[in-house]
Parts: sequence; C-alpha cells; structure tokens
Amino acid sequence: MDADRIGRTLTRIAHEILERNRGIEELALIGIRTRGVPLAKRLARTIRDINDPLTPLRADLSLPKVEIPTGALDITLYRDDLMRTAIGAQPVIRKTEIPFSIDDKRILLVDDVLYTGRTIRAALDALIEFGRPKAIQLVVLVDRGHRELPIKADYVGKNLPTSLMQSVQVHLTEIDGRDEVEILES
Amino acid sequence: MKKDLLSISDLATDEIYRVLDTTEAMREIGQRPIKKVPALRGKTVVNLFYEPSTRTRTSFEIAEKRLSADMLSIAVGTSSAQKGETLADTALNLEAMAPDMIVLRHASSGAGHLLSRICKSRIINAGDGMHEHPTQALLDAFTIREHKKRIDGLKVAIVGDLLHSRVLRSNVLLLTRLGAEVWVCGPTTLVPTGIEQCGVRVSTSVAEAVADADVIMMLRIQQERMQGAFFPSLREYFDTFGMTAARVALAKPDVIIMHPGPMNRGVEIASDVADGPFSVILEQVANGVAVRMAVLYLLAGGQEGD
Repeated sequence: MDADRIGRTLTRIAHEILERNRGIEELALIGIRTRGVPLAKRLARTIRDINDPLTPLRADLSLPKVEIPTGALDITLYRDDLMRTAIGAQPVIRKTEIPFSIDDKRILLVDDVLYTGRTIRAALDALIEFGRPKAIQLVVLVDRGHRELPIKADYVGKNLPTSLMQSVQVHLTEIDGRDEVEILES
Repeated sequence: MKKDLLSISDLATDEIYRVLDTTEAMREIGQRPIKKVPALRGKTVVNLFYEPSTRTRTSFEIAEKRLSADMLSIAVGTSSAQKGETLADTALNLEAMAPDMIVLRHASSGAGHLLSRICKSRIINAGDGMHEHPTQALLDAFTIREHKKRIDGLKVAIVGDLLHSRVLRSNVLLLTRLGAEVWVCGPTTLVPTGIEQCGVRVSTSVAEAVADADVIMMLRIQQERMQGAFFPSLREYFDTFGMTAARVALAKPDVIIMHPGPMNRGVEIASDVADGPFSVILEQVANGVAVRMAVLYLLAGGQEGD
C-alpha cells in the first residue's frame, strides 16, 4: 500500500465509522502505541472534517473546531508474554495518555496491524480499567490473519493474506517519514 | 540491567535514563481510577527492613501492589532476628521460599552486597548504613529533571550531615554522572574524607555552596548514627548551616529545595522553607512510588547478555 492508498483507506473507514455510529456523538479514538496513535489522530481529523460541513468556513471565521477526543494507550504492562522469557532487557514502556473519561463513550480502538489478536486482548484489559465505555469498536489498517484469540475487527483497511514466515511493516509519516505498508520475507 | 540494584554504579548511563523514562510512564498509572497493572503478576517480592522506615517502605509496598506483585514486608522487630538469627541466615531461609526479589534496608553498609552473593533473588538496596540509597537518588534525579528539563550543567548544592548520609553518596554518583556541578557543604567534622575525589566541590560556607544554585538538597542530621560531638549544639548548627529563607535567596530565583526526609524542622531546614514555594519535598515522595515501580519492572526482566 502506498501513501495515496492509505489516505483513501482512512477516508473510507471514517465514512464507515460515521455511518455505523450515526454521527460523532459520544465517539472517542484511542490509538495503541506506537503506530495506532498517529492513525487515530488522522482518523479523528478526517471524521471531524466529514461530519462538520462548516470545516472550511471555521478556519476563515476563526471558529473553534469540534475535536473528537483522542488518546494513546501503551499495552506493554498488559502483555501476556511480558514475564514469560527471562531473556534480554524489559520492553520499553511509554506513557498512556487518555485525557478524557471513557465512561459511556463509544471507543474506537485503533491499531496498525491485526495479527494474533493478543495485543487487542491486552488493550481491552487495559481500557476496561479506565472506566466503562458504552462500546468498543476495533479499527485496523491491515488484517493479516493468523488469529490466536477470538477477536475480529469492525473496520479493516485491507485484508492482507500472509504466511507466518512473512512480516507486515507499516510505515507512517509521523514516525517513519513516509506512508507505506510492506510485506517482508524473513 | 544487572541482577541487583545495590549502588548507582550498577547502572550504566543509558540504564539510568531508561529508569527515568520508564518512571514517566509509571507515574501515569498512579493517576488512573484503577491504579494497578498486571505486569508483575505472580512475582513475589519480600521487603526486608532492619531499620525503621515510613517513606521508603510504604513507597516500595505501593509500587509493588500497583504492579500486581505478591508482596510481603518483614519488620524485623517481629522477626527471628530478635532471637539472634544472622542476616545471612534470614536471607537463606527467605530464599528457600523462592521470592523473585528482596528489597533490603539495613543499618550496615554493604548488607545488600552480602545478600547479593548468597541469594538468587534479585536484591534492591533500600538503604544500607552509610553507603547507598540508589532509589532515593533516582527519584531525586527524576524530580530535578522534571523541574529543570535537564540535569547536565545544573549547580546542585547538597547541605547537611554528609558523613552519615547514604543519600549523599548515591546522589553524588548519579548527579555527577549526568553532568551536574555538585557542591557539598557541612561542618568539617561531617565531611567524609576524600569526597572531593568523587568530582564534587566542597565548601564549609552555605553562602558559597548555594550561590546561584539551581537545586538545594538538604540532608538530615542523623543523630542516631552520631557517636561523639560533631558540632556544639543543634541551635548552633541551625545558625551556621540551617536552610533559611535568607540563604535560599542567594540561589537562583527558580531554585528547588529538596529533602529526602524525615525532616528535622529547625535543625537543618527552617519550617517556612520546608513548606515554602520552592520546596518540592512532597513531590519527591510522590515520584518515589513511580521510580520504584520502574526499578521493579526493569529488574524483573532478563539480564543483559542472558
């Protein structure tokens, strides 16, 4: 997937989110670190712009934009393999930043690649400790299959059938300087 | 990370920064409605305290609970040490019950090193005699970095009972490593011999030590460790070395005042300074929990080169 394709995909997902949730009421996005975070921010902007017909006018009239609450979640401490192997240094933990209450919100959980489903399991456990959302929906840019847990995405950018020997690498401008999804043979 | 954290010198410089950065993430957990993560589930941590402690022990206990470790604290007043059991025997008996980590506070310098040699469990030094108190220095560095956004190039004045202070030794090792200009100040009788070889400036004048300082760190007068008269009276000590508002005024206008606690108000620090606008003493305590969570988490993993 190239930059253009990623952009269109995110726009399509934004439309699907609005269709399914009938607007932005109670919506909030939470990106899973690392690459879910910029994806969540992009989706938040796109959803806002689609939903608010005044978007182009607001800038001219210097009206404040209606922002959709967006947060970042680090799931490292919830990983099921955290203490399994006593090899090497501990994984780096980064900050979880959810600057709003998730109670009674419709949470869109955003990640780049859906694979075994274990990250999402950890993210669900982590999220529940912040409150009781009305619903949690899962958004992923790429679904590469090989699930090990009963988890399914609500919005999928692209289904990429892969073999276990391959790895899927998502690059995003905010972190990697370019937008691209590539499959690497290992 | 090495197996144990006994001294600041057990940490490479990049590991110090890793602890400080992890602390940042750990602090957020303390602000959640549910202040608990499952990271150390199934790990057993024993807090073995041979000396009285409120702050450090509570801080470790809260940190362990927030990481979901199974923890227990042994206050030596109620343990078999009262019946004459040696530290090594106590440790071997605890070891037989297979804890993953032991947090040790002991009145003898090097007690952690002794345990480290005979135990497979990871040992965290929570203060050994007059030697070191590494997690205190780490939380001090974290608090300084938070306020000043850097440590490199800062002038840090450490004033008080230098001789008996493990907090001093850990802080000197840590802050000089991170590039701070460290001044130590106290009565000549309480200046450890050879301290200037650690790369610090020594002064017996508080005015000189705190002049243009970014950070003033006060150390407690440790009367319980003093055998003999190191200064004429507490009153005279306060007059000469006590941190008063007038002395604070000699430092930079945005100076922060630190104290590892417990404070002797009116001995090393005036009450209006301890409770004043420059004081970050209670922030230090708050940050202590997050620093200890970071240390517990990082030590619980594998060792470098495993």
